[in-house]
Amino acid sequence: MTTNGSATKTMTAKTATQNACKLCNPLGACLAFRGIEKCVPFLHGSQGCATYIRRYLISHYKEPIDIASSNFNEETAVFGGSHNLKLGLKNVTQQYQPQVIGIATTCLSETIGDDVPMILKEYKAIMGEADLPTMVFASTPSYQGSHIDGFHAAVRSAVQTFATGGAKKNLVNLFSGMISPADIRYLKEILKEFGMPFMLLPDYSQTLDGGPWAEYHRIPPGGTPTSAIAESGSAAASIEFGSTLEAKKSAAGYLEESFGVPRHQLPLPIGVKASDRFFTLLEELTGQPMPEKYEDERRRLIDAYADGHKYVFGRKAILYGEEDLVISMAAFLREFGVVPVLCASGGKSGLMKKRMLELIPDLEELEIQVREGVDFVDIENEAKVLKPDFLIGNSKGFTMSRKNELPLIRVGFPIHDRFGGQRLHHLGYRGTQELFDRIVNTVIEERQNSSPVGYTYI
Amino acid sequence: MKGKEMDTQNINLLEGREKQVYEKTAGGAEVDIACEKTSLSGSVSQRACVFCGSRVVLYPVADAIHIVHGPIGCAAYTWDIRGAVSSGPELHRLSFSTDLQEMDVIYGGEKKLYRSLIELIDQYQPNAAFIYSTCIIGLIGDDIDAVCKKVAKEKGIPVLPVHSEGFKGTKKDGYKAACLALMKLIGQGSTEGISKYSINILGEFNLAGEAWIIREYYEKMGIEVVATMTGDGRIDAIRRSHGASLNVVQCSGSMTTLAKEMEEKYGIPFIRVSYFGFEDMSKSLYDVAQHFPERPDIMEKAKEIVRDEIRKYYPEMQKFKAALAGKKAAIYVGGAFKTFSLIKALRTIGMSVVLAGSQTGNQQDYKNLKEMCDEGTVIVDDSNPVELSKFILEKEADLLIGGVKERPIAFKLGVAFCDHNHERKIPLAGFIGMYYFAREVYESVMSPVWQFAPRKGGAQ
Repeated sequence: MTTNGSATKTMTAKTATQNACKLCNPLGACLAFRGIEKCVPFLHGSQGCATYIRRYLISHYKEPIDIASSNFNEETAVFGGSHNLKLGLKNVTQQYQPQVIGIATTCLSETIGDDVPMILKEYKAIMGEADLPTMVFASTPSYQGSHIDGFHAAVRSAVQTFATGGAKKNLVNLFSGMISPADIRYLKEILKEFGMPFMLLPDYSQTLDGGPWAEYHRIPPGGTPTSAIAESGSAAASIEFGSTLEAKKSAAGYLEESFGVPRHQLPLPIGVKASDRFFTLLEELTGQPMPEKYEDERRRLIDAYADGHKYVFGRKAILYGEEDLVISMAAFLREFGVVPVLCASGGKSGLMKKRMLELIPDLEELEIQVREGVDFVDIENEAKVLKPDFLIGNSKGFTMSRKNELPLIRVGFPIHDRFGGQRLHHLGYRGTQELFDRIVNTVIEERQNSSPVGYTYI
Repeated sequence: MKGKEMDTQNINLLEGREKQVYEKTAGGAEVDIACEKTSLSGSVSQRACVFCGSRVVLYPVADAIHIVHGPIGCAAYTWDIRGAVSSGPELHRLSFSTDLQEMDVIYGGEKKLYRSLIELIDQYQPNAAFIYSTCIIGLIGDDIDAVCKKVAKEKGIPVLPVHSEGFKGTKKDGYKAACLALMKLIGQGSTEGISKYSINILGEFNLAGEAWIIREYYEKMGIEVVATMTGDGRIDAIRRSHGASLNVVQCSGSMTTLAKEMEEKYGIPFIRVSYFGFEDMSKSLYDVAQHFPERPDIMEKAKEIVRDEIRKYYPEMQKFKAALAGKKAAIYVGGAFKTFSLIKALRTIGMSVVLAGSQTGNQQDYKNLKEMCDEGTVIVDDSNPVELSKFILEKEADLLIGGVKERPIAFKLGVAFCDHNHERKIPLAGFIGMYYFAREVYESVMSPVWQFAPRKGGAQ
């Protein structure tokens, strides 16, 4: 009998995925749909998908997250989901009175080959288009890609549905990717202070991190207004975060192709250099200098790097999570000499190493391993060899952290074993500062706890 | 801010859901609650699926590997989510998936399943393997029974298919599929040396060590516990569980099928019990003792346990009761049987119930519930956030008892909450569990944070 505690002494099973370092496609779509104003996410599939995804998102965001489902049964699976989808749309419209219904497929409806756009067309014809909510549709079969693909598919689909062309306006689009509500609020603050009108999508900063209610809101207040998404086609430019996000799969890619809105793809702005790139681009696009407030934030960050550098130089870290987060975090760690010995993701874009080399040219010399499509058993096996000083990633790494006595610095999603994951900052000078402080403190705490002296000054 | 326009229009129950909601009124019409239906399309049901039903029942079997055959989601969302603890191996806390990709969907996943099984069994050396089929397995036509048979033969351990395609029914059908898998194990082991005074504990999942608490009571009474199913579960214990004299079934929704099967096949009678609240907990000890009338010492022991335990916790309970008297509770949980116990437990601490409902209750459950409830109590089957919040506010509930999906509804509305679902980390069963329950209710209901909630006049 081999127990959980000593599982890896024999060969590791390679075929199955063990303790996955990814989630399924529809989860990302539901999350993105939550960032559109007056939108209800709707999964075309079994009841379980909606319920599991709700439960999972709630564990991180601590907010009610209603996701409707077309509740497949056996007949639906045999005869197709058309009837259930139409009935479901009617019911959810009656009960939630949404302006938008964000429909995402599941492995079930994709496998039986439901033609959702066709069904929606029929539904509109039956119901008469006038009073219907707008339907946004993303194809998100769970047997393809991971949650991040569903996220981007939903954002792209929202833009495809609402964006119209027209004379260029003084407007910037920001497609900020799968980031925390706190990060979204910070980005909005920055854009506002640059004085440039903007459209940020998806904005779940309030819908997934809002205040108390006197009445139940079928749809929580907040989110990107559809009128704003409509204008995205006439924006002067789009900024899109995500190193591995290809234009053909992205919202900004669509706007560039269809309406000639230039797409500026940036890595997630984590670290001084990546944040500089973001702020510089904002300066270029708006013609405004960076507001003094952010100059200050930057100065404090540079100062903190100096104050903290000795604690962290040469330390080794394992990074895991969505590819884009891992890539940006790795470049950030290099700014103060931490070596991200393993950069791992359950995602499989095929682009991860290439993008990392652009940001970390000495990647090979440093023997940084970049691995796509891995699970937590793979990561743990590597950890045993690489002996890192700490782990950086979401809560799913806790088991590995505990077993191998490695401190875990929690970032990204999901964080369901600590409080306030939705309020963590990762981006810009402010987010970088917060991350840097946490990393330095992790090292200090470890030193303090393991010292027989019990230093009160470290 | 205060006084801001609120979203107050009355909800309309969805067409097709009117019969799943009932308010008990004096002289009100006798309405049969419609239940055991699949959820309406487009409603935001709090239910899960067939797979979920199977997964929760078998999850705590700790020396088996649990492989989810399908795309990654179903395995990812059920990785280590429950508070079901083990006294030994912890294979149940790992997540295994065949992680089917598009090509597997096109060409079939049997080979991948076979390879996965062989490799995982080699790596973990489990005593059995459960293979859960998810939605698309039924569609792509994988013959998982054949794969399981082949692997069982090669590896010499039980490899059990669980037919839990998500869309093929409700959570209850998943319970049945799980029970069927367990039935294949039962009867395979030797019953030598099992006492005549023995039981199996069914439908107890050892959340936060609850099965250990219950087991200890029975053992103190001189009863041998052959197997707990499935809390802190072991394959060998399950295999010999047909040697027990009585099946004691909690969480009747999930395990009655198994108890009935065992009665039919092995002639083992069963009783239904609940371990929540002093009243039902005591009854569950007495009912077992009564099954062995030739041993009056067992009943004596049961009485002694009840006496000692209640004496231990009664004074504390009075403190909670003094604070909580007159407060109102809403209950929305998975199984209806638990609702009965909770109503009684809440009455023990002076609280009344204004809303009672479950995801999977049947006609008889709701009939019993109607009889138990006070006038004005709303009874719901397979409810949703909109309905739940409407009734919570209308009835001015001070507390909601539910699971993870209900928690944010309560907190958003400024209502206290007690987690009575599979994720709980504090035992709520047994006499000590009643103490923890009362304490948890007290700590949430009496918290000063609600003074800031809009419903109490705080700014919105």
